[in-house]
Amino acid sequence: MFDEMVKEEAEWLSGEGKNSDIVLSSRVRLARNITGIPFPAVADTDTRQKILSYVKIAIDKGGAFKKGIFYNSSELSRTDKDFLLERHLVSPEFAKEQNGFKGIFIGEDEKISIMINEEDHLRLQAIRSGLEIKATWEEVNRIDDELSEFLEFDFDSDFGYLTSCPTNVGTGIRASILIHLPGLVLTRELDKVISRITKMGLTVRGFYGEGTDVLGNLFQVSNQTTLGKSEEDIIESLEKITQQIIEYEGNSRATLFRDAKEHIEDKIWRAYGILKYACVLTSDEVMNLLSALRLGIGMGTLSGIDLKLINQLLILTQPAHLQKYYGYQMNADQRDKKRAELLRERLEKS
Amino acid sequence: MLCQDCKKKEATVHLTQIINNKKIELNLCRECAEKRGFHSPLEGASFPLAEFLASILDQSLKKVPTRLKESKCSVCKIGYSDFVKAGRLGCGNCYKVFREELKDLLRKIHGSDQHRGKAPAALEDVMKPIKDQRRLQEQLRKAVESEDFEKAAKLRDKIKALDKKL
Repeated sequence: MFDEMVKEEAEWLSGEGKNSDIVLSSRVRLARNITGIPFPAVADTDTRQKILSYVKIAIDKGGAFKKGIFYNSSELSRTDKDFLLERHLVSPEFAKEQNGFKGIFIGEDEKISIMINEEDHLRLQAIRSGLEIKATWEEVNRIDDELSEFLEFDFDSDFGYLTSCPTNVGTGIRASILIHLPGLVLTRELDKVISRITKMGLTVRGFYGEGTDVLGNLFQVSNQTTLGKSEEDIIESLEKITQQIIEYEGNSRATLFRDAKEHIEDKIWRAYGILKYACVLTSDEVMNLLSALRLGIGMGTLSGIDLKLINQLLILTQPAHLQKYYGYQMNADQRDKKRAELLRERLEKS
Repeated sequence: MLCQDCKKKEATVHLTQIINNKKIELNLCRECAEKRGFHSPLEGASFPLAEFLASILDQSLKKVPTRLKESKCSVCKIGYSDFVKAGRLGCGNCYKVFREELKDLLRKIHGSDQHRGKAPAALEDVMKPIKDQRRLQEQLRKAVESEDFEKAAKLRDKIKALDKKL
């Protein structure tokens, strides 16, 4: 499964869109439930099955998914689910084994997707490359309007759209941007920026690797609250704050290149050397090294490599993608070797 | 540093989430991180939010209100204590059954208990006057705050007129 998909790239990895050297992707998710039916966690299997078929019918009737593909979770292996997770099409919650009768609908270019029977009956998602959060919202809003012609969504005049978890109620919206902040990390300015962001009602999530560097220097900034503000206000404030973060990141990079140009450029070229010639590479190491390359492209140190390739490699070197790409199961040691092989090949061509 | 879950292996996954200036830190080994549902470093964590919610639920809702002690939602059969334990509601009807308690909780989470966003197309007509009302009330609050009493009086009249219609 996914033999074709692994060779194609999702639109959000194209490196297009505004500020795509710093903002990898803009993503908006909406939580929706069908009136009168228990939420997935408490629904019995018959009910879950029914929800799946209701949503499938609504999708078929709507025009937005002409070229989409539907997968039932029962036909997906562990690696298949991890593959979808790495591609940002499903959540960790969805990828977990428990509770069957989940479904995922994937639209053309993977710009739109719908998770069925995750925490809520439906989770609609739109994702795009770069800082395109408004367009992403408009896209998912259109899908929501279209589906609501065929499905009656649970809605309360006080509380808005009703969701399984009270943290999502109201708009049911989670808008997030995936942003690359090596400058703020290296200049140790990130904590200041984070505290400013959280004061504005947004959250920042990031994975920290061993040692001092943040893994891949990638952060997700998203809205924290979903009730009491309109979708447009939520989107607008996320966009504004993102623009501010981009400005801070730009200032940090300028400082780095003014005060420590040789040191930073050395870091970038070393990363390039390791990625191109190493024989064994873990996924964490690759994420950090790719971060240095991305910085190098943004600062003009590296030429001849485009952002698209960096984005592709970021996903393609993840465990499930690597196995899908080569077409067989691998343990961690085998993957580390194949990962290095793949990087050597791809960087040789560039 | 040892993994905080298994307390055996070295913690290699360090996650920090900041919500309302409250920092939650997790230090896990790779296996335990996967058990908790962290697969890809690209995917943000969803559970610290749940932990945060659990902490609010713990503080404010542990005492089951007497009127809810025996009552269960008629649609999904979830009781109030089930909700407090899981932090999840069972169905849309739960929002009616536990309405008053939820209002309190929603204000704590979101700083509001009133929806201001979109509504399904079929309900837009019903929602419009309600939304207008909420917008005017917000304006009134601001007018009073800035001591613009002339404006506040006008807004109050508008709200009263709308009230009659509703």
